[in-house]
This record gives sequence, structure tokens and C-alpha cells, in this order.
Amino acid sequence: MSNSVVPSSDPGASVSGSEEVTYKQSSPWRTFFRRAEPVFAMAPFVVYSFLGLGIPALAVIYYAFQGEHGGWTTSNVDQVMHGVFLVGFENSIKLGLLSAVIPGILGVFLAYAIQTSNSNVLRRLTSTAAGVLANFGGINLTFMFIATLGSTGILTYWLADIGVKLSNIGFNLYTFSGVLVVYMYFQLPLMVLVVTPALGGLRASWREAAENMGASSWSYWRHVGIPVLLPSILGGMLLLFGSAFAAYATAETLTLGLIALAPIQIGNFLNGNVIAGQTHVGYAIAFGMLIILTITMILYSLVRKRASKWLR
Amino acid sequence: MAPLSGAGSVFEVSEAETQTVPEFSTGTIRRKRRVRWWRFVVLLLAGAFFLIPLYAGIKFSLQNNLHHFSFQAYEKLPSAPGFTAALSLSGKIALVTMVVSTLLMVPTAIYVHVRLPKLRRLLEVVTVLPIVIPPIVLIIGVLGVFPTWAKASPYLLSFMYVILSMPFVYRSLDAGIGAIDIKTLTEASRSLGGNWLNTMWRVILPNIRPALLSATVLTLALVFGEYTMAQLDLWQTIPVWIAQFGVSTDGNIQVAASMAGLVGTWILLLFVVSIDRSQSRRTRRKIGA
Repeated sequence: MSNSVVPSSDPGASVSGSEEVTYKQSSPWRTFFRRAEPVFAMAPFVVYSFLGLGIPALAVIYYAFQGEHGGWTTSNVDQVMHGVFLVGFENSIKLGLLSAVIPGILGVFLAYAIQTSNSNVLRRLTSTAAGVLANFGGINLTFMFIATLGSTGILTYWLADIGVKLSNIGFNLYTFSGVLVVYMYFQLPLMVLVVTPALGGLRASWREAAENMGASSWSYWRHVGIPVLLPSILGGMLLLFGSAFAAYATAETLTLGLIALAPIQIGNFLNGNVIAGQTHVGYAIAFGMLIILTITMILYSLVRKRASKWLR
Repeated sequence: MAPLSGAGSVFEVSEAETQTVPEFSTGTIRRKRRVRWWRFVVLLLAGAFFLIPLYAGIKFSLQNNLHHFSFQAYEKLPSAPGFTAALSLSGKIALVTMVVSTLLMVPTAIYVHVRLPKLRRLLEVVTVLPIVIPPIVLIIGVLGVFPTWAKASPYLLSFMYVILSMPFVYRSLDAGIGAIDIKTLTEASRSLGGNWLNTMWRVILPNIRPALLSATVLTLALVFGEYTMAQLDLWQTIPVWIAQFGVSTDGNIQVAASMAGLVGTWILLLFVVSIDRSQSRRTRRKIGA
């Protein structure tokens, strides 16, 4: 890129220093390139991310407010806030909340159980496994759970043997309850990953101090452990919410696109299942998702700030 | 919470540091036993939750139509209609993605480290955006505005996968570059007469090879697992093929393909984790020396 700018024979030419000395005699062109070097160097990345991130996001916002035949309108957004699309959002938010709170709480216990175990092997094994499982989803996960909890699944048989019929307790793998259970498979490891560093920060000496002053295990957690961990736990849960709220592949393959969730409804629009007069409603759903995810991430950064401020 | 405020940055405490705090407790044997008991239950339940589906999937893929043990599904897999086409499509997309991602992110990350450290925070924010804006939102935007010739090419997926891989590619490169003294290395190379290209190729790249390798492997795993964009862009990559194939024909082949992909991905990811670990050990040794 800039190899012609610095004369390579000049032994004093370092990367950052002595610009004036080296370039006093350079031509105006060289000075120009020298000044513009950061622009040239950053241009590929800036252009690429604008094309791949900025343009699609702007397109979603633009089309969300464009009418069928051009012109600005709020009718798309209006439709999203009523009827079946509103149900989609409600279900997605419900799914996001449930699969943030349940694996969020269970994840803390699991992480604590791993953290306090004396086995180094177990700790290393689980941290590796959590890293792998947290990035896991989609079609493979769907098949594993069909083989486990589907109508001919292993666990379904085992449970039937001891007299538990899944359908009797309101569980169906291909509906909301099934999606929730399947999401746990990557949400729980994600929570373990997020909360383990915070648990590592709970000093043993704090517990000793509390016990020396006569605190029971419960009052240690009530007054020391939980207050210290709370921001990290909430932060983790916000991440889990975003991850479940935005997930498409697992829910789509599991329910064959039949569940009413906001991402699935966007997919239906792209697959051509569009009613006349609603061609831009898909963009309005995407716009709504953008807003909810942005709020989630703002809350996340606030909680993170809170967590670090508190503990410093 | 005032008594806690002097405790230091708890989030940055390393595992080793917490272990050096000695346990002074005496007379708490009863509590410890109880703790061990519930820990055992928690780990057992978690183990069952994570292992039973895995067992079920593998068992299902190792059955023939009569539910007997057989490798039939795996043997039929290579000749299943559409499988080789999907595999080669995924392979091509993966190759282009890895090349473009490397060419784009490595020079940018190095340049920012050496010349514009002030931009590091900005780059961190930009590269985390693909997590905030989910694939489903990105792809509807892309399909809405990109020209037809772009949408007709499978490499549109490569283009977008570079974006999707940014969070972990940048993080990995950033950690790798941060672990070496890049400024000194660059200056040494330059004062010995190496130009920029030489410095990059012969000094910096060999030093960040583990980071580059783990970024590339993660990208590969992403391309072979990504379903949302491929399905909506109507390209039959491996995950899309798996999802669409078995509906009409043999479910066992479908599950076999899925399990093969799963085990392959896990091996790749375990490989990445072990690279990361050896890298961090190297860094620690450097600091200790």
C-alpha cells in the first residue's frame, strides 16, 4: 500500500516517528498520499461493512415506511402492530424472555457447580464443551431433538415406560414448548460462558469473612453473593434474550415454519407467501426486530457498565 | 455495598488468581458435604440434558429401516441425490469466504493496531454489529436492494458470511496481534530495510498464525452450518440440503448427514479451542519471563 512512501534505504525511517525530517523534500504527491494513507488503508473495511451492514439495515428501515406503489406510509408498521404479526412479536418476546430467565437461572447454578468442583479436568472439559455448544443450532440440533423427544424419540419411549405421556402434560416438540426446550441446548452453555468469569470473582475470603461474623450460607448469598453477581446475571440474560429473539434456523426447521414468531414471519415473506397489499410488511417486522434488539443491547451495555463500576 | 468497593476488578480475576486464595475454613464439613451432594445432582441433570439428545441422534443415524444397527445411512450418503452438489457448493462458498475475510480483516486489524490505535474501539463496535442485527434482518435487506446479478450468484452468500464472521474473526485477530509486540517488530523490520509487504508476510503473519488459523476454522464452521441466509437466498448448501432432502425420502440418511456435519464441526471447534489455549499459554509464558 504505502511501501513507496518511506524510502526503505533510510535507516531512520520508523513506522511512527520523524515524519517532517523524512518528508521535507518529498513531492506534493507524496505528501498527499502520506496524509491520505489512513483513508486508503481503512477504505476497504469501511466500504465493505457499509455495503454488508449499513445498506441492508437502511433498506429495512426505508422499505418499512414505503407504500406498495412508492411514497411514504405508516401502514406497514401499522399492520405489524395488529393481528397475526402482533401475535408473532408477542410470541417472540415471550420465547425470548422465557429462554432468557430459565436457562439464565439454571446456568448460574450449573456454572457454580462446575466452578466449585475440585476437578480441574471437569472444569476444562465443561468450558470447552460450553464454547462449542453455545455456537450450536439449526438443523443438527433439530434432528437430535426429534430423535429424542419426537413421537418416536428415545426419551419419549423411556418416559412412556414409566407412565409419563408427554402429550398429556402439554408438551409437543413441534410447538412453542418444544422450541423452548430445544433453545435451552445452546442458551444454557451461553449463560455458563457469560457468568463463569463473574463467579470466579467471588473471593473465598468474602465468604470466610461473612462466616466469621456469623452469617449463614443464606445470608452470605443474600447480602454478598447475589448483589455482586446480579449485574452479570442480568447482562447474561439480556444476551440470551437477544439470541433467542432473533434465532430463525432452529425454529424454522423444527416447526417447518409453522410457528408464529417474528423471524419466521419474515422468512415467510421472503419465501413468497405474501398476501396482496402486504409486500413491504416483512420489512416492517424486520424494523420492529431491529428496534427491540437495539433496546436490548443498550440495556446490556448499561448493565455491563454497572457491573464493572460496582466491582472496581 | 461500600465494603466491596476495594475488592479490585472482579471480572478480570483469572482462574489461577482465585485459586491462590487459601481456604481457611474449619468446621464446615457438614456444609461441604451438602454442597457436594447438590453439585452432583446439578451436573448429572445437565449431563443428561446435553448427552441424551446426542446419543439419540447418533443412535438414529446408525439404524436401518428395521431399526437394526447398521452403517447403511452413512454408506448411502455420498450417493444421495444432490449431496455432492451441495457439498461442493458449500466448499466453494467457504473457500471464497475465508479468502475474502482474511484479505479484508488481517490488513485492517494490523493497520489499526500499528497506526490508528484510537480506532480500535470503533472497530470493536462495528464488528459486533452482526450480532445485534440478526441474519434474518440482514438478508431481507440484502434481497431487497442488491442488484439482480448479485442475487443470482452464490457468492453473495460469501459476501454476507464475511460480515457474519466479523465478530469472532476480528476478536481472534485482535487478541493475536495484541499478544505480540507488533510495534517493535514492525519497526525492527522496517529499519532492517523491509517494506510493508515484506514486514506483513515475513514478520507479522508468522507471529499471528494461531489467531489466523482459529479465525479461519471458525469461518469454515460458520459456512457449513449457516442455514438462515442460504435457505432464504435459495441456495442448496449442505444445511439446506439436509433440511429439504429427507422430507420426501429416507430420514436416516438425513440424520446421518446431520450427525456427520455435527461431529465434523465439533472436531473443528475443539481444535480451535486447543489453539486458543496453547496461544494463551505462550502469552503467559512471555509475560512471566
